[in-house]
Amino acid sequence: MFKELWESFTDALEGLGSVVHFLFRLVVNSPRALLRFDLISQQIFNSGAFSLVIIMLSGLFVGMVLGLQGFQLLQRFGSEEALGTAATIGLVKELGPVVTALLFAGRAGTALASELGLMRATDQISAMEMMAVDPIQRVVVPRFLGGVISMPLLAAIFSVIGIYGAQLIGVQIMGVDSGSFWSQMRAAVSLSDVSEGIVKSLVFGIACSLIAVYQGYYAAPTAEGVGRATTRTVVTSAVVILFLDYLITAAFL
Amino acid sequence: MNGRPVFAGLDIKIPRGKITAVMGPSGTGKTTLLRLITGQVLADSGAIEVAGENLRALSRANLYVLRRKMGMLFQNGALLTDLSVFENVAFPLREHTNLTERLIRQLVLTKLQAVGLRGAAELMPAELSGGMSRRVALARAIVMDPELLIYDEPFVGLDPISLGVILRLIRRLNDTLGITSIVVSHDVSEISTVADQVFLISGGKVVAGGTPQELKSNPTEIVKQFIGGLADGPVPFHFPAPDYFDELLSRKEAL
Repeated sequence: MFKELWESFTDALEGLGSVVHFLFRLVVNSPRALLRFDLISQQIFNSGAFSLVIIMLSGLFVGMVLGLQGFQLLQRFGSEEALGTAATIGLVKELGPVVTALLFAGRAGTALASELGLMRATDQISAMEMMAVDPIQRVVVPRFLGGVISMPLLAAIFSVIGIYGAQLIGVQIMGVDSGSFWSQMRAAVSLSDVSEGIVKSLVFGIACSLIAVYQGYYAAPTAEGVGRATTRTVVTSAVVILFLDYLITAAFL
Repeated sequence: MNGRPVFAGLDIKIPRGKITAVMGPSGTGKTTLLRLITGQVLADSGAIEVAGENLRALSRANLYVLRRKMGMLFQNGALLTDLSVFENVAFPLREHTNLTERLIRQLVLTKLQAVGLRGAAELMPAELSGGMSRRVALARAIVMDPELLIYDEPFVGLDPISLGVILRLIRRLNDTLGITSIVVSHDVSEISTVADQVFLISGGKVVAGGTPQELKSNPTEIVKQFIGGLADGPVPFHFPAPDYFDELLSRKEAL
């Protein structure tokens, strides 16, 4: 049993090493890929624009729930006016980046992984290598960068719509004073809160995109392999996002 | 591969400008041979030279330079599914050259015309039949005017008409462009009509070689079995297993 434990530990280390090595290859290839921005903007469209509806809807509902629950809680202390501050800090620092990243992994990450896995399974990756085109440079890096660029933008949109949702419930329905909702929010939310959110969404974007392209690129070239790659993308992304979330939160304290 | 050598003592010379067929029973490593020739996998020992270059000694960049002189037709065509037929054929040009849009258009349409699919230029790969996608892939493989063209099982799953079309294209491309061609296949009768030279591989080495006619008159058991399509012979019908009679009589639990 001890031996098996040790083996699974070394396997995990090996896996981590190959992910880091893969990230290194992506970073090395990034400057040249940036020269062909049309390929990246196509991927921003694929990962970002197609995730917009789900991000906006989820943002609205999460904001509405925050508005409702925040109001109930704050009312007990007679400080409903702080609703704007509470909802905004919750959204910008925590819920915006985390929920967006989880949704992004489910929507765009799985699409990336299965696309790359199928390209591998149908020999498209080998065909590119045979045409003397580096698939990392031509296919993987644009998808990676597209994801990295999309994630913070999506998180920002999520937070903005969430704040609107909280305002919709708190001010329009529960009757919190509109002026104090906004002015308290502006007074209490500092730049460091916003930058924490930005850092988180950037890091999550890198993590989600890396996991998705890594799983897809190294998927076993079978139907089962592609299926497993998509599942692993979601599961690994979710765990990694929450773990990184803790680390970054702690770092900003 | 997995500790088991795929080839041992394999020695093949492929002449320039000719069509060379590589045949062999399934699982003898024909596709692996192609991957070795194209440098997609490196041999553990021995040397592979393509156009005078030893593949093992080449850096990745130089291997890519060498590959520009090669074209390869994959079993299923391997077209890029997110690009149209036109863009698929234009892909190597766009990646490797700075030609003007007009020139690219002309080159692509010429190659598509050569495989008879100029009219399908705007279709997506998903809209093509198996034979058509293989022809598009062929047009893509020749668009950079390669010196060496490799066909991996080009006849699998084709109807007789498409098969005839591909056969004729292989011959015509070879004759008109002087391309060296390597065709991996196990369709004995089809390949005999186009190949200049045939190698039969089995058990990791060449068991027979020569013109298709020479191969047909070869008296070796394995060649006879392969050419005649006999179920049992040197390549056994049965996967290795303990004697069936003994197993039936033994008291061992059934598997």
